[in-house]
Amino acid sequence: MAKEVAILGAGMHQWGKWGKNFVEYGIKACNDALADAGVEWKDIQVIAGAETVRNGYPGYVAGATFAEALGWSGSRVSTSYAACASGAQALNNARAMILADMADVILVVGADTTPKGFLAPSAGERWHDPDWLRFRLMGCTNPTYFALYARRRMDVYGATEEDFAAVKVKNARHGLANPYARYHKEFSMEQVLESPMVADPLRLFEICATSDGAAAVVISSLEYARKRKIDPIKIAAVSTVTPIYPQTTIEMPNFSTDSAAVVPEPVRGFKDSIAHEAYREAGLGPEDMSLAEVYDLSSALELDWYENIGLCGRGEAEKLLRSGDTTIGGRIPVNTSGGLACFGEAVPAQALAQVCELVWQLRGQAGSRQVEGAKAGITANQGLFGHGSSVICTK
Amino acid sequence: MGEKKQLPAIEGWFTTGANPHLLGTRCKQCGTYFFPKQELFCRNPDCQSSEFDEVELSRTGKVWSYTEHFYQPPEPYISPDPFEPYTIAAVELEKEKMVILGQVADGIAHSQLRAGTDVELVVERIYEDDEAEYTVWKWKPVAA
Repeated sequence: MAKEVAILGAGMHQWGKWGKNFVEYGIKACNDALADAGVEWKDIQVIAGAETVRNGYPGYVAGATFAEALGWSGSRVSTSYAACASGAQALNNARAMILADMADVILVVGADTTPKGFLAPSAGERWHDPDWLRFRLMGCTNPTYFALYARRRMDVYGATEEDFAAVKVKNARHGLANPYARYHKEFSMEQVLESPMVADPLRLFEICATSDGAAAVVISSLEYARKRKIDPIKIAAVSTVTPIYPQTTIEMPNFSTDSAAVVPEPVRGFKDSIAHEAYREAGLGPEDMSLAEVYDLSSALELDWYENIGLCGRGEAEKLLRSGDTTIGGRIPVNTSGGLACFGEAVPAQALAQVCELVWQLRGQAGSRQVEGAKAGITANQGLFGHGSSVICTK
Repeated sequence: MGEKKQLPAIEGWFTTGANPHLLGTRCKQCGTYFFPKQELFCRNPDCQSSEFDEVELSRTGKVWSYTEHFYQPPEPYISPDPFEPYTIAAVELEKEKMVILGQVADGIAHSQLRAGTDVELVVERIYEDDEAEYTVWKWKPVAA
């Protein structure tokens, strides 16, 4: 507690499949966030970029690439890569500099241009890289893991294909009026259930696409905001914890879990621990949240997240979904932005896009998807190699 | 086709023959199992050991979950032409208390599996070239 920083501005470039340079998207998001904050680029003391690994060297040094594009200003720079959590990691590094009194106002940005189809590992013969080997030896894609979690829910908790489809139907409806979403299309249960099976039990319309897109936020110390007479949305927590050994859930891109033969399983699994640390840091609990943005890489995965972020007990996610509680208008709307179902994934921008949605919701600027009286919200995401993040924002 | 020699697609990850096993390592100090082999440092944060024994892992287990794939994955997967759907299972080994992925034996559909199904390890072809057929471990229902 009391380690809050302010979010002065949020900006995004619409998600899509434009095939342009990622810098173009990023600059649009940066300029929108700066304008929203009322801060000049030349007043920014640090630029924190989230790296994209799919756009060559400019992507590896994303922070500097955006600094150059905005016009070298002598600001400090950092670039972060943490798979799907890259944007949150960039945000956390920026936050740490503010809390350490090293800077007052920082621009955080992530942008990506993605190839079509399945995300594939780096090229070449890479016999010591598990991310390469899983494709070569097993044909194990990212949706493989999503499908394993989905089927597990069906066999153990009685989830149905209709439940998974209902998540997609809900999120598609939520995202209809979000100008930054890639897809603005309503889906019926039948349309989802008739779409081609990709990785049983998950169908084409239930697995998120890869997208181009960009998101940015301007953050500052509370004092900096106060001096400018801004009553800002606050970041109460950023969790970027790693798993605790032994990690006993099979995760991308691994062949196996850790063994629990010698060291017993930790009290909390990895995904539970990501949100738990955010709640602990914020001094808040799931009951304090007005909305949540979670990483629906697949429709079924959203149900896992309900439990991981404490919205319901283990095995109760289907009940929560069916009750309508996670739909806008319900007790705790989830993925009001439309989620990855409407966006597709733009890896380094996605965790920041989740934060942008919280900002707009907490300010009451979310238009027809507004959660009435929203006071606090949580984001959650997880990606490859022990990376995950959760951000809690409050009014 | 049957004339071709069979080679493991990767060396040192599994044994072949009538009762194949996955090859892992076990920490000499704390006894934790690893697959793929961990040989440089123990990943148990309470253990400083850097010495391991190679061990054959249990060749039977219970299905944790499973999926069947209907689209051709990208390289470096080497797909038959035309593409054929394949099933992948995550299998819990009781003694080692770990879950290990693998394709499911040829000809087994996902409808033949449930969480908890007993499976055993087999070694089958995963791809071939002009020289040889290359093999990997796969999981096969004991009852099949």
